[in-house]
Amino acid sequence: MTGIAVRDLPLDLDAFQGPFDLLLTLVLRDELELPDVEVAEIVVAFVERAADRDALDLAACGEFLVLVAALLELKARELFPGEEVVDLDPEEAADELAERLAAYRRVRAAAGWLEERLAGEGERWFRVGPPPVAPARAPVEVPAQDPAHLGAAIRRLAVEPPAPSLRHMGTFPPVSQFLSRFRAVLSRRGRFLFDREVARLSRVEQAVAFLALLELRKAGEVTITQLAPFEPISVCSPTSA
Amino acid sequence: MQPDLRLIENPLDRLARVLEGVLVVASRPLSLDELAEAAGEDPERVETALGLLAGRFREGRSGIVLEQVAGGWAFRAAREAAGACGRLFDRPVARGLSAAAMETLAVIAYLGPVSRPEIARLRGVAADSAVAGLVERGLVAEAGRAGEGGAVHYETTPLFERVFGLAGREELPDLDDVGADAGEIRARLESIAERRGA
Repeated sequence: MTGIAVRDLPLDLDAFQGPFDLLLTLVLRDELELPDVEVAEIVVAFVERAADRDALDLAACGEFLVLVAALLELKARELFPGEEVVDLDPEEAADELAERLAAYRRVRAAAGWLEERLAGEGERWFRVGPPPVAPARAPVEVPAQDPAHLGAAIRRLAVEPPAPSLRHMGTFPPVSQFLSRFRAVLSRRGRFLFDREVARLSRVEQAVAFLALLELRKAGEVTITQLAPFEPISVCSPTSA
Repeated sequence: MQPDLRLIENPLDRLARVLEGVLVVASRPLSLDELAEAAGEDPERVETALGLLAGRFREGRSGIVLEQVAGGWAFRAAREAAGACGRLFDRPVARGLSAAAMETLAVIAYLGPVSRPEIARLRGVAADSAVAGLVERGLVAEAGRAGEGGAVHYETTPLFERVFGLAGREELPDLDDVGADAGEIRARLESIAERRGA
């Protein structure tokens, strides 16, 4: 008799189809949910394969038992996470096993009864679908209204809103004004403190001055340094740095 | 033409005709109380009228059968029309239920409301996909949680009872009658162990 290659055992389960070793690989890589795997089906597949042989392949059986036991332990841990592992003596373990098997047998029997019942009700045809539309609810009672009040409310809403103020637009000086100014200062002194240079300007003018400074930085005409956030900004020309 | 005075003047017959109309429109079984409220009648009189209707709409007499199912009353097609119905319509709710789905359904029917971990404990296999499939078919539905933040519980729906032709879950056979007991299984395990020389 040739040995049974456990790793090549072909499996056709609900959750997996392929050789046994691929299933193990997927389980170890967490790419297959072990709780979805019916270990009993794997055992049946192996037993069927073994039954085809003339003699018992002890080596293969041993290998299979070890692998399936490991699978079962992993599956039990995933199915019942966080549960305490209670050491039972053999008698208690046998009782618990028997009770669990009995409970499952009852479930299987109940499922069998339902299956028979369903087969017997194969001639049962009835209407299914959403219920008809419910009757319309009584309209909400609103106290009597004066049409004049509604008209007045609409008139208030229909008044033309005041035009938005654009005054601040006229106070924006051109960026070019500060470009020229900073270039002139740099040509005279080679460096200046930005904060001191714009101290007397309005907030809008300071913002435009800062834009001009960024433009100069972008063009490589100045080097900017600041020791820490909110510290004075020091500006100097690259040649004098 | 002389009107049929018997049909017009018998109040119980008139009530039966009203109930017949309501049940034709309904797409689910209607309880006695619902029918009584719709008809504006006493439940006892409604029950009597339903008995009258059940006599008229029964197998062998009508193509439509009135039955008590899923805790209410509903019309269905007579069994002799089943072949014709099957050629024209489908029953996706009951078609292709796997063994896993049937076992899960049995657990929920008998023990519901029950959570997915409890089902997995009984069956030894994760029940997530089986439960999801049954919910999609409308045979089971969520039935609240076990306390705040606990696992979702599931129970069978009236559609389950209708598909399986049950007047209610009390019609399910007693679980103790359908499965072997632990003592018997223990004895079998021990006899197997003895044969193997364990």
